[in-house]
Amino acid sequence: MKPFDYQRLETPEHLGHVEAGRFLGGGTNLIDLMKHQIETPDVLVDVTRAGMDRIEERGDAVLIGSQVSNTDLASHPLIRRDYPVLSSALLSGATQQLRNKATTGGNLLQRTRCQYFYDTARACNKREPGSGCDALDGLNRFHAILGASENCIAVHPSDMAVAMAALGAVVVTRKRDGTEGRIPVTELHRLPGDRPDLDHVLDEGELIVAVELPASPPRLQSYRKVRDRSSYAFAVVSAAIALDLEDGHMRNLRIALGGVAHKPWRATKAEAMLEGKMPEAALFMEALEQEMADAEGHGHNDFKKILAPRVVVAMLRELTGLGGN
Amino acid sequence: MEQSTSKIIGEPMNRVDGPAKVTGRAEYAGDHQVEGGIAEGFIVEAPAAPGKIVALDVADAEAADGVVSVLTYKTVPQQKPYGSPEDEGRFTQSHAVLENDRVRHFGEPVALVVAETLEQARYAASLVRVEIETEEGVFNALDHKDQAEKPDSVDGLDEVDTQDGDFETQFSQSTHKLEVSYLTGAQHASAMEPHVTVAQWDGETLIVHMAIQIVASAVSAYANTLGIDEANVRIISPFTGGGFGSKLGVHNEAILAALAAKQCGKAVRVAQTRRNLFANGPHRSRHLQELKLGADASGKLRAVRHSSLASMARNYPFAEAPASPTRASYAADAIHTFHRMVKADIPKVDSMRAPGEAIGTLTYETAIDELAEMCGVDPVEFRILNEPTQDPTSGHAFADRRLLDCIRTGAAKFGWSGRVKPGSRMAGRKLVGRGMAVAIRPNTLSPAQAEVKLAADGRLVARLDMTDIGTGTYTILTQIAAETLSMPASQVLVQLGDSRFPETAGSGGSFGASSSGSALLDACAKLKSALSERLTESGVSANAFAMKDGRVLANGKRIELADLIGAEGLSADGAVDPDNHAKGQADYSYGVQFAEVEVDADTGEIRVRRLLGVFDAGRILNRKTARSQLMGGMIFGIGGALLEESLMDDRFGSFMTRDFAEYHIAVNRDVPDLEVHILDGYSEHSNPLGSKGIGELGICGAGPAIANAVHEATGVRVRKFPVHMEDLLDRLPAV
Repeated sequence: MKPFDYQRLETPEHLGHVEAGRFLGGGTNLIDLMKHQIETPDVLVDVTRAGMDRIEERGDAVLIGSQVSNTDLASHPLIRRDYPVLSSALLSGATQQLRNKATTGGNLLQRTRCQYFYDTARACNKREPGSGCDALDGLNRFHAILGASENCIAVHPSDMAVAMAALGAVVVTRKRDGTEGRIPVTELHRLPGDRPDLDHVLDEGELIVAVELPASPPRLQSYRKVRDRSSYAFAVVSAAIALDLEDGHMRNLRIALGGVAHKPWRATKAEAMLEGKMPEAALFMEALEQEMADAEGHGHNDFKKILAPRVVVAMLRELTGLGGN
Repeated sequence: MEQSTSKIIGEPMNRVDGPAKVTGRAEYAGDHQVEGGIAEGFIVEAPAAPGKIVALDVADAEAADGVVSVLTYKTVPQQKPYGSPEDEGRFTQSHAVLENDRVRHFGEPVALVVAETLEQARYAASLVRVEIETEEGVFNALDHKDQAEKPDSVDGLDEVDTQDGDFETQFSQSTHKLEVSYLTGAQHASAMEPHVTVAQWDGETLIVHMAIQIVASAVSAYANTLGIDEANVRIISPFTGGGFGSKLGVHNEAILAALAAKQCGKAVRVAQTRRNLFANGPHRSRHLQELKLGADASGKLRAVRHSSLASMARNYPFAEAPASPTRASYAADAIHTFHRMVKADIPKVDSMRAPGEAIGTLTYETAIDELAEMCGVDPVEFRILNEPTQDPTSGHAFADRRLLDCIRTGAAKFGWSGRVKPGSRMAGRKLVGRGMAVAIRPNTLSPAQAEVKLAADGRLVARLDMTDIGTGTYTILTQIAAETLSMPASQVLVQLGDSRFPETAGSGGSFGASSSGSALLDACAKLKSALSERLTESGVSANAFAMKDGRVLANGKRIELADLIGAEGLSADGAVDPDNHAKGQADYSYGVQFAEVEVDADTGEIRVRRLLGVFDAGRILNRKTARSQLMGGMIFGIGGALLEESLMDDRFGSFMTRDFAEYHIAVNRDVPDLEVHILDGYSEHSNPLGSKGIGELGICGAGPAIANAVHEATGVRVRKFPVHMEDLLDRLPAV
């Protein structure tokens, strides 16, 4: 680990007064990466005691402070009651010990688990721009099938962010110049393109202050994480779905996929095909196949093209009461 | 609570070292403190291999804060060349590190940075610049089948190949024929305790605190590698935090610590990080296993051919023998087994828990299940039908084989009611299947010695260089001594893991308890005889006596021990010689495993719902620790069937799954309520204790029982392990 300066942010308003550096939340990902010489910041700005650790209910939204721990968020009565997909997604991630430390903002900004990103002996455009991507023709079972580029096929590992994408959450930020930013979670993360080193659209030194969940979310919600091991495993594929059923018609349908792309993937094509329709198994499959039309496997992860639609269809059937078969 | 002094062996006694472990008083190697402090070493791994170091720049590292020294091949003293053939074997051969400018495998150390703190060493290690000129390497045996060779020997067996009976004729005349090949993945035994060594020099003497399974061979390895006298090596290893084979021998950190301590003139600790382990620890090779089985119309086996191909690390002679269980499980008119190896430029390949059987039963018992299905015979009945009356390969009598008792007991306890049509049993959206498989594992005895000393105050000290790798050695040895000498367990002190103590074969191959226990039994019996003589001399003639609190109780009399043995106490040495036991007998531990799994009908995700094992391992020395061993083995079996795999990128020869987030071992939620049943037994031919090995038995058969259950759940036969959802996904029944 490279030696670094440590500063503590007292309050978001002081952002302009600390050195620009990497923000430190729970440290469950960043510190590991620093030990492995993958992240080498000169300055760490500890934001865990900057007063961003509350969950507030407002009229039109629920505001989640960026330093609320994953455990506290998952177990909050309001979240459990109105946003069960978020609670469920959080609890499917990591382990109890990690969730106790991990923060909301840190979870959003965690980095990929691509094995080639983690191994400094290997080529990785995300870690070292221009070095190449050894995952492309390598061990890529966990990698992206949607929105990837020849420069990077890594996926974003968060469960929480997938649920937030389905809930239409908005990230509230503060920039160094004191201005506030508002970014939908679906637009926070980037597709890799030719800059896979950039995970997200935040400016340098821009701090996530909170995440805002719109009030009155769809009533039917579900999170499903497909994984090899029952706990402490990253998603092979995951999905968050939220919708309402009004007179037998699907309304406000939102489907987000994890484990398939460089960002939580909103299945907007499928959503558009299904919105307002009556639940029907064949229609579900058709919509998901449409969504997967551009999906591209890289060998070891080809099966995700079959798996992802099946997961979503199974969830939709259960949510809409169609049941199995 | 005071233990009864009459019957202690076999009792489910709590671990005598339990309180020390849970309160942190048990000193593991990495905990060791040295007056004057310990410098910390951090390994710099080769980023590519095989090849030659063409540039190695340590200037920045040397200049970094706190750095004491940077060791490279240019600075370390002369070592004996790695793997010198004249040495006895892989555990005692030279394990030279930083030997020269050659890099044998990916991740091999090219430097060790020693600093005042671990953080300083780790950072400075990142400043070392190394450039390797690579050459073409062999990383995957399957890509180099033309280089397959018959190894000089295979692990645990007398013969590399066997050819009993006329296979071709029997196979061609078989009614039912099965030809299948299986791939099993590489695995790493990632014990919780890292591979760690604290080394210091006292003049010419090397003093080492290390995590190790076998002390004596580690002494030889140090002496051979460093060119010093064995008498000048002292190893201390009272507790080892898990081994599973990965700590049988010494590894790079052990030699590096000794070299660094010499170079720095102070104690040095080197611990492998978790990521280091996957390049600097040993692993189980990938295997290709090909099976040809033939049976007659009734389901009697006629022909069995099992061949295996795997990688052997260059200059490190270890070949796993997956066809081992095939030689002794079932009767057949012809049984042929073959093992072939390809020498590869990869990290050490070595024993991982149940070498041979873990992956050998995985394939053979899965193939047997498939053949039984072809024959239309229930898998339980198929096994009963093919039970041999003598060892089918060697022709020797079996020493105490009670496999059928295990199978029948297991079928009854599990509620085995025959197979259902694959893919037909559902619970919600889960496909449910059941399967079973047999467990078999060679039982061996190794030479061992022990010494006991009884003090006048009634306390007994037993000493052996045996190790306790978490298995419960301290406890069972305490029980053996206490029962043999009719004394309270609380007055027995067992001391282990010191090279000054009498030599044993350590912990490995499931022989540790029987071997060290038999030696201690002998020492205690001799002490008892000597004490009996003293009693006779003092006028008390007694067939039986007991001891407590410094007194001997005999014929209703209480005699002060001090009057019998004086202030100097009484000592005895004991030993066990394997040549005197199980001669001409085929000796195995046995068991059966029954599994129930569920497979998600949409995703193919597999979870184990039930796992039940019935085992026969002769006399059980402690029912609690034995159960823990078997249970741990069964969980290993879940991992082997469904989870554990070290994935190598064959373009580079580097393992890519290098932490516990990527290398999946079973977590609590993957483990159902396990049922462990142990038959009462006493294997009189095996050793003086009547016990058999138990440390690896639980793995055997667990994986194939699960795989067979997956087949019944889905109708899919997967011939690669671990089985993953994508192996099933597009073949799941439409339900």
